[in-house]
Amino acid sequence: MSGHRLLASWPGIHSKATLFMPQPSLSTNDLTIRFGGHVAVNQVTCAFHPGETTVIVGPNGAGKTTYFNLMSGQLPASSGSVHKGEVDITNMSPSARAAHGIGRAFQLTNLFPQLSVLENIRLAVQARAGAGWGLFRPAAKLTELTAKAETYLEAAQLTDKAFMPASALPHGDQRKLEVALLMAMEPDIYMFDEPTAGMSLDQAPAVLELIAKIKADPTKTVLLVEHKMDVVRALADRIIVLHNGELLADGAPDAVMASQIVRDVYLGTATEETA
Amino acid sequence: MAHVNNTYGTMAVKTGMLIIAAALLFAPFLFQDVRALEVAARICIFIVLVASYDLLIGYTGIVSFAHTMFFGFGSYGAAIALKQMGPGWDAVAIGTLAGILVSLVVATVIGLISLRVKAIFFAMITLAAASVVLVLASQLSHLTGGEDGITYRAPDLFKTANKLMVDDNGKVVRWFGVKLNGKLAAYYFVFFSSLALFLVMLRITVSPLGTVLKAIRENESRAEAIGYRVVAYRTFVFCLSAVAASVAGSIYAIWLKYTGPDTALSFAIMIDILLMVVIGGMGTMWGAVIGAVLMVMAQYYLRDLMGAASEATANIPLLPELLAPDRWLFWLGIIFILLVYFFPRGIAGTVMTKGARK
Ligand SMILES: Nc1ncnc2c1ncn2[C@@H]1O[C@H](COP(=O)(O)OP(=O)(O)OP(=O)(O)O)[C@@H](O)[C@H]1O
Ligand SMILES: [Mg+2]
Repeated sequence: MSGHRLLASWPGIHSKATLFMPQPSLSTNDLTIRFGGHVAVNQVTCAFHPGETTVIVGPNGAGKTTYFNLMSGQLPASSGSVHKGEVDITNMSPSARAAHGIGRAFQLTNLFPQLSVLENIRLAVQARAGAGWGLFRPAAKLTELTAKAETYLEAAQLTDKAFMPASALPHGDQRKLEVALLMAMEPDIYMFDEPTAGMSLDQAPAVLELIAKIKADPTKTVLLVEHKMDVVRALADRIIVLHNGELLADGAPDAVMASQIVRDVYLGTATEETA
Repeated sequence: MAHVNNTYGTMAVKTGMLIIAAALLFAPFLFQDVRALEVAARICIFIVLVASYDLLIGYTGIVSFAHTMFFGFGSYGAAIALKQMGPGWDAVAIGTLAGILVSLVVATVIGLISLRVKAIFFAMITLAAASVVLVLASQLSHLTGGEDGITYRAPDLFKTANKLMVDDNGKVVRWFGVKLNGKLAAYYFVFFSSLALFLVMLRITVSPLGTVLKAIRENESRAEAIGYRVVAYRTFVFCLSAVAASVAGSIYAIWLKYTGPDTALSFAIMIDILLMVVIGGMGTMWGAVIGAVLMVMAQYYLRDLMGAASEATANIPLLPELLAPDRWLFWLGIIFILLVYFFPRGIAGTVMTKGARK
């Protein structure tokens, strides 16, 4: 089956699960952004559903991170729209989108460097709890937040480093903290941007386990940018392919991986690094 | 920053805080002269002023040059009310509230129109606003007394002639040689108001809000991404620090019984605040205390000290010249440079990271 046919037939061909999909939890409609003359994301129309893990693949510079930035609000769309459920969030600030349940981890580690690991996570917990405005909240309330932060600390296997400043963590642990921040937000939509990039082999499983746990929750939507083929195979319910900012293919993992166009644009250029 | 709660340096700083707090609490009894009490009161006020500025610059990473302006709103509010209405508590209340209100309105407007733009632009706006207010204060001389400022009376309770306690002969009672008069009451009014304001700010820095402010300083876009409305928080803390500065201004106006551009509005005060924050250490409330104490002491006593040193070294060539009291600003500059060199994060900030304990 050719990639073009694959795209042309979308949304007809889907993974089995998507046939009985509920309403999309997140969708983009002709979403586009231009940087000067360069169109980094070009009229991407796509919908994501609860209980579904969509892996986004594409060569370097394809626009995967930019697509995320458009959905989570770090970049304003040049045209097109983003909806969370029924709500048009195209013009919302990132914090407003976070309040609507969109959570995001970053490809380039993006932490609060001088704050402790625990404080980093507690910030996300307290944002979720809407406790950021508490000026005189009694300590009891704080311990509640801290206790919750500690569970995420444990899940990310960072408990013994709770009081270290984030900047002092080794790279692999910073990546874990990056993911833990997203976990602690407890969003509806989880967006991971190469969560295991640069991690040592023994650290990656901890992160993948966290993702697998979310994946098991049928109310959560997972979007994952990932290059490593074994990870893609293990987690993907569905794969979409971006190339030069355009959506090239969308479908069940086997079908997409087998399609010629994907081999041409993606696997052809990336097999070496994913081996 | 290591886990600063667990260092000998932190213990040292906290011990220093207790000593300073005790010295200020017992200042009228420990240092029984008029000038010393003047210094102690000024320290109290500046601790509040610097701490509130540190909420902006040290905790949230907002650079403002309008902090003295808010101080001035409070000072002039109380001063004008006391002048126009006479020395009553109603004037104090109305003047203080008016200062707070003006500060809030101005801070909100500046915050909302400019806190979403680049930091440098915001700093410029605050500078412009402060300049405008300084000019206004000297122009509206029928209200503000212009360059000369205004003198007025404080409530009767604070009159030096007011006896808080009298003995059988109708003379004012002394405790440890200190007259229990209105001056003493005025000092404790300053001390406890400042203490209350400081404790409120201290509480805020360790509250959930305090962590959000630090998060904004550290990484604004991530703070936004995890769900904090950065502009709202920034505007809020800007208003909060403006109100604290304004109240400090009102208290100072009541203490001084004089308000003019030099005591309440000038850019020299803004520079003092900046120096105090840097010397003490940004991003820690203790830094505000240390900075204010050292700087105010230096301003009042460095000249005296140098005069003494200059006399003591009278027989040595060159030294008396160098140590002449007129050169005190030069030495203050030298001390400042040395402090910044040896305490790059300010005294409190640097000391607290030293001597990690297990
Ligand atoms: N803020 C920006 N300004 C200008 N150009 C940008 C900006 N952000 C991204 N781009 C460009 O958009 C294109 C897509 O970048 P993007 O980071 O989305 O790629 P990606 O698919 O995430 O790549 P990678 O696999 O390397 O992470 C690139 O050509 C990049 O240079
Ligand atoms: Mg990317």
